[in-house]
Amino acid sequence: MSATALNSATHDHGHDHSHDAKENAVFGFWIYLMTDCILFASLFATYAVMRHNYADGPTGKELFDLKYVFIETMFLLFSSFSNGFAMISMHRKDRFGTLKWLALTAVLGLGFVGMEVNEFTHLVVEGNGPDRSGFLSSFFTLVATHGAHVSVGLIWMAVMMGQLYFRGITPAITSRLMRLSLFWHFLDIVWIMVFTVVYLMGVL
Amino acid sequence: MNETALFGKLTLSAIPYTNPIIMGAVGVSALLTLLIVGWITQHGHWRYLWKEWFTSVDHKRIGVMYMILAGVMLLRGFADAIMMRVHQAFAEGAGHGFLPAEHYNQIFSAHGTIMIIFVAMPFFIGLMNYVVPLQIGARDVAYPFLNSVSFWMTAASAALIMVSLAVGDFSQAGWTGYPPLSETQFSPTSGVDYWIWSLQLGGIGTLMTGINFFVTILRMRAPGMNFMKMPVFTWTILVTTVLIMMSFPVLTITLLLLTLDRYMDMHFFTSNLGGNQMMFANLFWIWGHPEVYIVLLPAFGMYSEVVSTFSRKKLFGYNSMVYASVAIAVLSFIVWLHHFFTMGAGADVNAFFGIATGIIAIPTGVKIFNWLFTMYRGRIEFTTPMLWTLGFIATFAIGGMTGVLLSVPGADFVLHNSEFLVAHFHNTLIGGVLFGYFAGYSYWFPKMFGFRLDEKWGKRAFWSWIIGFYLAFMPLYALGFMGMPRRLVHYDNPTWQPFLMVALVGAFVIGYGVVCQIVQLVVSIRNREALRDTTGDIWNSHSLEWSVTSPPPFYNFAKIPHVEALDQFAHMKENGINHRSEAPFEPIHMPRNSGVGVVMGAITFVFGFAMIWHIWWVVIASSLAMLATVVYRANDEDVDYMLSAEEVARIEKQGAQATVSAHSGLSHHDMITQG
Repeated sequence: MSATALNSATHDHGHDHSHDAKENAVFGFWIYLMTDCILFASLFATYAVMRHNYADGPTGKELFDLKYVFIETMFLLFSSFSNGFAMISMHRKDRFGTLKWLALTAVLGLGFVGMEVNEFTHLVVEGNGPDRSGFLSSFFTLVATHGAHVSVGLIWMAVMMGQLYFRGITPAITSRLMRLSLFWHFLDIVWIMVFTVVYLMGVL
Repeated sequence: MNETALFGKLTLSAIPYTNPIIMGAVGVSALLTLLIVGWITQHGHWRYLWKEWFTSVDHKRIGVMYMILAGVMLLRGFADAIMMRVHQAFAEGAGHGFLPAEHYNQIFSAHGTIMIIFVAMPFFIGLMNYVVPLQIGARDVAYPFLNSVSFWMTAASAALIMVSLAVGDFSQAGWTGYPPLSETQFSPTSGVDYWIWSLQLGGIGTLMTGINFFVTILRMRAPGMNFMKMPVFTWTILVTTVLIMMSFPVLTITLLLLTLDRYMDMHFFTSNLGGNQMMFANLFWIWGHPEVYIVLLPAFGMYSEVVSTFSRKKLFGYNSMVYASVAIAVLSFIVWLHHFFTMGAGADVNAFFGIATGIIAIPTGVKIFNWLFTMYRGRIEFTTPMLWTLGFIATFAIGGMTGVLLSVPGADFVLHNSEFLVAHFHNTLIGGVLFGYFAGYSYWFPKMFGFRLDEKWGKRAFWSWIIGFYLAFMPLYALGFMGMPRRLVHYDNPTWQPFLMVALVGAFVIGYGVVCQIVQLVVSIRNREALRDTTGDIWNSHSLEWSVTSPPPFYNFAKIPHVEALDQFAHMKENGINHRSEAPFEPIHMPRNSGVGVVMGAITFVFGFAMIWHIWWVVIASSLAMLATVVYRANDEDVDYMLSAEEVARIEKQGAQATVSAHSGLSHHDMITQG
C-alpha cells in the first residue's frame, strides 16, 4: 500500500480524527479507573470481612500509629495539590513550570511510598507480617496494592518528565499528563478510604 | 520442595515422561505444531504472517486470530472431554477406567478452564472484533494497538495451559479452584499455579478488550446511529463489555489473594490463622456468574441477527430485546450465591438469591418468544446458521428449565454437586453458547473470507452435535436424580454404568460433528470459487457489515455511512440508496501495524512461566522488559499514517468491479413474496 507517513508536527493539528482519538484516550482512561475502583472495592470487601480475624495476633489498635499515618497522608494530599499546579502550568504552556511542579509531586509521592515501606518493614521485623493472621494478610494486601499503584504512577511520572523535557508540551503529552493527573487524584481518593476504613476505624 | 536460584522449582523430573498418555498427548501436539511450522516454512509464509497478521492492529485480522485460537483450544478441550467419558464409562466396580485419579482430576480441571476461558471467550471476542466495528460503521476500534496486546496476552495464557501438559502438571482442584484444596498444603505442585497464571493473565487481556469495545461502541458509531438504532448484536456486546468491566477486576483480586496465600504464606483462604474459605467462593462467583452471561449474551445477539435474516423479517420486539439484555446483566450480579446454597447463609439469604435466580428466566423467556415471533409467518430458510438457532431454542429451553429447578434452594440441596448440575450447565453452555457461536461463525464466515461454508457438511455437523448432545447429557440428568456426584473417578453402582455408556456414545457422535466441521472448512476452502460471494451481501441481510465488500477493505468504509434507521442496510436497499461509496474520496487516517503486541505477549508468557516455577530472576527480568517495552511504545510517535485518496479510490474500484449489484434492487421485504 502506498501511504504517506505523518510526522508529529503535521499530525496534531487540523486533523479531527486524531483529536477524536485523544478524547477517546481520556474517556477510556476514566473507564479504566472505574474498573480499578472495582478492584479496590474487592480488596476493601475482603478487608471488611477479615478485619477481626486476628488469630490471637495483634489488633489494628495495637499496631497503627495514627500520627505517623497522618503525616504520610499529608504527603499524598500535598502531592495531589502540586500535581494540580503542574496541570495549570501545562495549560499555560509553561514547560519548565510543569516540570518543576511534577518534580515536587514526585518527591512528595516518593515520601509517601517511603513512609509506607518503612511502616511495613517495622511490622514485618516485629513478627507482624502478612503471614501472621488473616487480618494482617488483608491489611498488607489492601495498603500495598494502593502503594504499588502509587509506585507505578511515579514511574509513569518519571517517563513523562523525560518526554516533557525533550519534546515540550505537545498535544500527545498533554493528553498523557491529563491521564496521569486523573490517576494521581484517583489514588488520593482511594487513600482517603484506606485511611478511614483501615487506620481510623482500626484504632477507634 | 527444593528450589535453585537458576531454575526455581523446575527440574528435569517435571516432565512426565513416564506417563504414556500424557507423553502421547504431548507427542501429538508437538507433531501437529511441527507439521504446521514446517508447512509455513516450506512455503515461505512467515514473512507474510508476521507482516500481515501477527503485527496487525486491524480488528478484522485480530478477530480471525482469536477464532483460530478458540478453534485450536476447542480441540484440546474436546480431547479432554472424550477421555473423561471413556474413563467414566469403564470405571465401575472392578473396572478402573484407564486414568489414574491424579490425572483424571487434572483433565476435568483443564477441560473446564479451557472451555470457558480459552474457547468461549476468544470465540465470541473474535466474532465481536470482526463484526462490531463494521456494524456500527467505524473504521477500527478505539484502541487498535491495545487490541493487539489483548490478543497476544490471551494467546500467551493459552500457551501456558498447553505447556502444563509437558512441563509439570495442571491443577487438580477443578476449574473453580476452591481452597483449601487449592492451597499449598493440599496442592503443593505447580499445577494450581498454572491454573492461576493462565486465568490471571488471560483475564487482564479480556479486561482490556472490554474497555476497548465499550469505548468503541459508545464513541465511534457512525453519525445518526443512536442507541436504539444500534444492531442488536452490538447491543449485546455493549452489555457484555459492561459485565466484563464490572466482574473481571474481581477475578483479578480473587486470584491475587490465592496467589498471595500460595506464594507469601498469607491467610486469606487457609484453614488456619484467620483464613476464610467462603470468601473465595463468594469472590469467585461474583465474577463467575456474570461470566456465564458474558459468554451467553453475545450468543443471544448472534441468534437475533440470524433469525431475522433467515426468516426474512425484521427482528420481533427489538426494544424488548435490548431491555431484556440489560435486565439480564443487572440480575447476573445478584445471583452469585446460588452456586453455594449449602454454605449455610440461612433461609432468608438463600431465598433472596433463589428468587433472583428464578427471575432471570423472565427476560430470557422474553427473548425466546421474540425469536419465535420473528419466525412466525416468516419465510424461513433452513441454512446452517438457522439450524443452529432452531436447535438452540429447543435445547436452551430445557437448560433454562433445569436452571430454574436448581434455583430453588431446597432442590439445590439435593442436586448440587451431582451429575444433574453437570448436565444443566452443559445444556446451557453447549445448547446456548456454543450453538450461537457456530451460528455466528457460519453466518459471518462469508463476510470474513468472501466465500461461504459448505452447507452439506455444515448440516452434518449440526445434526451430529445436537444428537450427540442429547445422547451425552440427558443421561447425566437421570444420573443426577439417581444420586451420582460429579467428578467421580470410580464408582460402585452398576445401575449407573448403562447411562454412562450412552453418554460415551453421545460424546463420540459430537466427535463426529467436530470432524464434520473440520471437513467443512477444508471442503469449503477447496471449493471456494464455487462458493464465492461477489455481492458482499450473501444472505440479503440488514445491518451495515453487509454493505461493504466481502472481505471488507482494511479501512472498512471509504466513506462513513450516515445512519437513518435501525437495520440501516435494509433501509438503504428498500429506498434505493446507493451503499457503495463514490468518488471523490478523502484520505483516511490509519493506525500502523506494530510488533510490540507480539513482544508483550511473549514477555507475558515468560513472566507467567517464571512465576509458576518460582524462577525469580526471570520474573524480575521479564517485568523490567515489560516496563521497557511500554516506555518504548510510549516514545514511538510513528504509530499512524494517512492513506491517500487516490489509493482509496483504487481499492474501491477493485471492489466495485468484483461486485455484482444483484441485490441492489431487491428490498428486505420483497424477498418474502419472492422467496
